[in-house]
Amino acid sequence: MTMPANTRRKGMTRKQKRLAVIAGLALVLVLATALVLTALRDQIVFFYAPSDVVARNVTPGQPIRLGGLVKDGSWSRDGQENTFIITDGGHEIVAHYVGILPDLFREGQGVVAEGSLGPEGRFEANNVLAKHDENYVPKEVVEALKAQGEWRPEATGQ
Amino acid sequence: MSIELGHFALILAFAIALVSAIGGLLLWRRGERLALVLGHASILQFVLVAVAFLAVVQAFVASDFSLALAANHSHSLKPLIFKISGVWGNHEGSMLLWVLILVLFGALVATFGRRLPSDLTNLVLGTQSLLVAAFAGFTLLTSNPFERLSPAPLEGADLNPVLQDIGLAIHPPLLYAGYVGFSICFSFAIAALVSGRIDQAWARWVRPWTMLSWTFLTLGIAMGSYWAYYELGWGGWWFWDPVENSSFMPWLAGTALLHSALVMEKRNALKIWTIFLSIITFSLSLLGTFLVRSGILTSVHTFASDPTRGLVILTILAVLIGGAFLLFAIRSPSLRQGGLFAPISREGALILNNLFLATAVGAVLVGTLYPLLLDALTGTTISVGAPFFNFTFGALMAPLLLVLPFGPLLAWKRADLVAAGQRLMGFAALSVFLAILISALGGTSISMVPIGLLLGFWVSFGAIAEVIERSRLGRIPLGESLRRLRGLPRSIWSTALGHFGMGLTVLGIVTVSAWETELVTTLNPGETAELSGYLVAFDSFEQQPGANYVADTGVFTVTDPGGETATLLAERRTYVASGMPTTEAAIQTYGLSQLYLQLGEPLENTHVIRVWHKPYILLIWIGALVMAGAGALSLTDRRLRVGIPQRARKATAEAAQ
Repeated sequence: MTMPANTRRKGMTRKQKRLAVIAGLALVLVLATALVLTALRDQIVFFYAPSDVVARNVTPGQPIRLGGLVKDGSWSRDGQENTFIITDGGHEIVAHYVGILPDLFREGQGVVAEGSLGPEGRFEANNVLAKHDENYVPKEVVEALKAQGEWRPEATGQ
Repeated sequence: MSIELGHFALILAFAIALVSAIGGLLLWRRGERLALVLGHASILQFVLVAVAFLAVVQAFVASDFSLALAANHSHSLKPLIFKISGVWGNHEGSMLLWVLILVLFGALVATFGRRLPSDLTNLVLGTQSLLVAAFAGFTLLTSNPFERLSPAPLEGADLNPVLQDIGLAIHPPLLYAGYVGFSICFSFAIAALVSGRIDQAWARWVRPWTMLSWTFLTLGIAMGSYWAYYELGWGGWWFWDPVENSSFMPWLAGTALLHSALVMEKRNALKIWTIFLSIITFSLSLLGTFLVRSGILTSVHTFASDPTRGLVILTILAVLIGGAFLLFAIRSPSLRQGGLFAPISREGALILNNLFLATAVGAVLVGTLYPLLLDALTGTTISVGAPFFNFTFGALMAPLLLVLPFGPLLAWKRADLVAAGQRLMGFAALSVFLAILISALGGTSISMVPIGLLLGFWVSFGAIAEVIERSRLGRIPLGESLRRLRGLPRSIWSTALGHFGMGLTVLGIVTVSAWETELVTTLNPGETAELSGYLVAFDSFEQQPGANYVADTGVFTVTDPGGETATLLAERRTYVASGMPTTEAAIQTYGLSQLYLQLGEPLENTHVIRVWHKPYILLIWIGALVMAGAGALSLTDRRLRVGIPQRARKATAEAAQ
């Protein structure tokens, strides 16, 4: 919209002015759409349960969200390093996280970890999510557990 | 007893709203007398809903656990302020608060809108009553806050500990006032479409309401962001979570509406677009309140939702929003466009503003709803996270911020871009200099940082440009300049202040994103750690009982680079009633920067701590406060006081006869 409209003010008719405005608008909209589509292709993160990770052969390094239950007795801590097993009943994946886990991170509870698979198949989480409600199990985890026939509502306190 | 009284009052309010809606929307041509009746009905609705609301508050304060809502969400040990704020810390109570604010705005229109033409009053109050009827009805039928328990439990189940915070007392009322305030713009838009009365006067009536709602929404979002920052203990202030996005979209659309209504008021142009934006903004507010509530989208911020209500909510939304757009489609072609202008002009600049803001709304909407669509269509579960939003939103905001300082310097109808550019030259040079200087001093690895800094300084300085220009500072004696500054219309000041606040927020976001430092380490009492020149010493670890919780407290002494020391208490609380743990981070403010300290769960006497240094983070919220202040300032402007222009016109007309 930086065309020198004001220097040729006599030369531009009503119609041309309106056309210039509309062309400018259309251009921005096209660019914005392209931007959104590119970003959607590159920036989305897939949610997988451990069984999906095995079935789909997820490549190491690809950012994913891994969801399931924290396996009972699997959580060990060494300073700020946490290791635990995420399971959906079908398969298990060892996850590793450096930092402070959320308050409601518990064994036997639902969890969603963001990160990617390391070269040796260990899941390197850079973020662990747990909702601030003691009964909460992420919806994706519920569905993943249902798919494995492992969903027991009473077991999660609901 | 008072509970049943409140219940009855809400039912009565619903009935009155239903009658008002039918009367107002069908008989709107009946003139003054109907307007009078609808005005009284609106005030009555407010009184009745207020009675209903106070009945619930009373039950919470008195710990009357025969009220199911109080039994589920309150506790006799809770401090008074949290007993009151607990009323809206759950679905049913927050619906009641929503309806209360809705009727409050209706009553305000009835009180302050006496000078409106009667057909407009009838339609506006009729539409407003329709909304009240829909949401009061929804509350009564699906989320009744007045249900009793028999036998009454001796003790309540307590409020979610995360919500036991002063933030809950402030954030939802502000946010709802913002959301619901846009219902007035929506009602005015419907009234304009039905009556065909859409002119500059209409824009003059709508703008103060937009400004008021926008101010509340700005405060509400800023408050919510700061609350999440200090309470959730994750150290983040914005997560691009669906709940945040759905409060942010009405804000973006409302900002666009604020600017397009300006064009309509001054130049009688952009009428159809302004009406469209009014409808969109309120629709996004509704979406914001209810989409998350319906249980369709999951979020870290909301309370647990009941999916059975989802269908009812979606039906109401579909009818209201769909109906409004149908009306728009039928009626808008008959509206006349007016006010021609050259592409380079104040109007052109405001159109550009609207274009980018509307596109940004679109991008955020796509990012928020795309996972939902993909899940429904293909069954693939994905998440669209911060990278998507940062990328698209940033790319759309950068050009907007770049052209922002030009806007106020351009004349209406046709402007001289070169002249405006010349006036901004000095500020541009200063911004470039500061951006380069700070990037060099701070040492940056992200290439976007200098650009962000540049935009932040450019917008901040550009905002002052118009004020300085008008005061002719430096070109005439200082006293004369100051006198001119005092004499400037408040609208000029509020524009400058609003844009300046935007610049501050941008600067805060950029500095925190670029130079935030973080340290996670094992630290035991007696040991020290260092981060960005701050020395953190872990003094002791102790257990103390609080009002309704037990706290594990870590006592830290922080020595800043200047040698000053401060004591920080980071807590992990376990609440007695629910057994639920929460983290209370310790935050120490140094100027505009903060040190944020979080204590991990102890394990065999070892402790993990996480410390962040957040440079200039307070600028983010100070900028938002400045923007809200600009909104409030604009509301005190003579020009916006509804009725004054009319009175003046009437007086001159009489004098002329």
